Amino acid sequence: MRGALLIATKDLLGSLRDRSAILSAVIAPLALAFILSAALGNADEGSLDISFTVVDEDRGPVAEVFVGDVLGSLERQDVVNIREESSAASARRMARDGDIAAAFLIPSGFSDAVQSGDHVELSVLTDPSSDIGAQIATSIANGYATELNAVRASVGTALAVKGARPDPGAIRRLGRQAARAETPVAVAEAFVGSREFDTKTFFVAGMAVFFLFFTAQLGAVSLLRERREGTLARLLAAPLSRASILGGKALYTFVLGVGSLTVLVVSSQFLLEANWGDPIGVAALIIAGVFAAMGLQSLVATLAKNNEQAAGYGAVVGVTLGLLGGTFFPLSQAPGFILRLSFLTPHAWLMRGFGELSGGVAGVADVVPSLLALLAMGGVTGAIALMRSKSLVAVVAR
Amino acid sequence: MEREGATTTLDGDRTGGSVVLECRALSKSFGDRQAVRGVGFHIDQGETYGLLGPNGAGKTTAISMICGLLSRDGGEVFIEGARLDTKSKHTKAAIGYVPQELAIYPDLSARENLRFFGKLYGVPARELGSRIDDVLAITGLSDRADERTDGFSGGMKRRLNIGIGLLHRPRLLILDEPTVGVDPQSRNAILTNVEELSGEGMAVLYTTHYMEEAERLCDRVGIIDQGEIKAEGTRRELVAILGQRDRVSLQATGDIKRAAQEISHLPSVDSATDREGGLDLIVAEASHQLPRILQVAASTAQVTGVEVIEPDLEAVFLKLTGKALRD
Repeated sequence: MRGALLIATKDLLGSLRDRSAILSAVIAPLALAFILSAALGNADEGSLDISFTVVDEDRGPVAEVFVGDVLGSLERQDVVNIREESSAASARRMARDGDIAAAFLIPSGFSDAVQSGDHVELSVLTDPSSDIGAQIATSIANGYATELNAVRASVGTALAVKGARPDPGAIRRLGRQAARAETPVAVAEAFVGSREFDTKTFFVAGMAVFFLFFTAQLGAVSLLRERREGTLARLLAAPLSRASILGGKALYTFVLGVGSLTVLVVSSQFLLEANWGDPIGVAALIIAGVFAAMGLQSLVATLAKNNEQAAGYGAVVGVTLGLLGGTFFPLSQAPGFILRLSFLTPHAWLMRGFGELSGGVAGVADVVPSLLALLAMGGVTGAIALMRSKSLVAVVAR
Repeated sequence: MEREGATTTLDGDRTGGSVVLECRALSKSFGDRQAVRGVGFHIDQGETYGLLGPNGAGKTTAISMICGLLSRDGGEVFIEGARLDTKSKHTKAAIGYVPQELAIYPDLSARENLRFFGKLYGVPARELGSRIDDVLAITGLSDRADERTDGFSGGMKRRLNIGIGLLHRPRLLILDEPTVGVDPQSRNAILTNVEELSGEGMAVLYTTHYMEEAERLCDRVGIIDQGEIKAEGTRRELVAILGQRDRVSLQATGDIKRAAQEISHLPSVDSATDREGGLDLIVAEASHQLPRILQVAASTAQVTGVEVIEPDLEAVFLKLTGKALRD
């Protein structure tokens, strides 16, 4: 163990002096994430920067539900901005001028009409230049109208079943109760697959995961370099077990991998306003991700004859699996077969885990599938690498 | 004394000191190629033993097995009576190994290299600083101790390479061709260091293909070729193998190869090998045979110079293997 610590410390000292390791482990991912989010970012924010106006001339219970619950809920989720206007004329003008994407006009007597079963209209005024905003506004209004119609149908059916003669007062009373009742279908987040990142966090996470697999090969590559440069012979001649040599290289890689990812996570929160979510979950993912990356890249290194070849093989594997694993583009945009293939890569599981946490809602329990997949991948590839390591930790026969 | 084939044993004369290294019938093959065949010898405390042989003779493979770097196909190694293999951590600590290739970290300073290996060998922390200073002084690197070694000259790297092997004060120092590619000044400094270490009681195993180094440093020499020790002994014992023979060096031009062939058929000529610019001969009673030799040589070549050399290890090697050390 002492030997392993000495080797790891010596290698870490070398890496700190060799700026290329810090460059590829921390600076490059942070810089690339900054460039990518600057060039391609704000897509999520721009698409949702939508403002609506509502003119409530009714002030009845059905209108209150629409304004307070339906539109209010969307505003609380930062999906749209809502402001109330007192007159239909000013709302119409704002929509025409493009100040808002749409205006909802709730006419006077709207609630009574709904409760009485009379015909009434909820008007939507849209800005022609805001296609998305107009569609969202129309969908909201249609959804609410459909819900109200269903409630009215339910009330009518209930009275018919009781065999009572339709009494307008009873209809009004039941309608009022139904309108005040909790909305039967709540608006909630719905996810297909995993939760999605915001743009900045996606690029930071993607670059961090992508470059992690380059950092993770440094230990195995340095072992091959020691063999080429003759220092491995000196280590093997020292009172040191082969396991200590391998352990030292593994410890060096682990500390470098965990350290660089931690620096990236912390610095990106301040520099790029990335939103990583639950710190315990993020820490667990970092550890499992580094473990998986070390296993995979160690296995790749055992296939190489020298350190240059190992670095080349490692780069090919890192780039290929990084692209497939969704570090450059969200996997939700990929075709189905790519999505299925991606889950063969540790990159995809790590990105999925970070994606789950980035909303700020999920905790460590939500990333257990990712953690298990990463640990399994690291365990299997690491075990094979260990079995093949005998030739790696040996002097070249003359 | 002269040995036959791979029948080397350790039953020869001992020099009387306590045995630090004892090798018995070491053998190693790589595929079909047998790199080391039944090599055995011992080294006493304070003794310097040389393995003299050309490149590819099996010297490095033999010492790789002695250091525990390579597993053996056969044979045994004992360090001060303790059996050594690739997992013998305690026994390995008694050895200071100086590999032929430079084995230092270029991104660390000389002092950091020494500190790392000192800790690895378990040098007590309270002694480590002073030992590092001692080694830096011995190797003449005190002034450059805190500089990264990638800026060192080849000779400085070589001296640090040796210094690392000395730091933990081993009972046995193994030097694998430590002067290859070294300038004459550094080479002389290295040889002087080795002489001093031996004088202080350290057992030294020194491999080289330079006859002069073996003659200068080694109390006993094992002549190794094609993985076998052909003969072993003190310089005097080895030279005695030649009997009353002399080494004759002819400087010549013309068809030197044919001249060598024809001279080799003469009685009293043990061996005749051509080289660039002349021939090397091992001849019994050279002073009597020289006129006849020159006459035969003149039939195919023009002899421009003659030198009769006192018998040396080069001549012994030539006699035992039929080829020169530099081949």
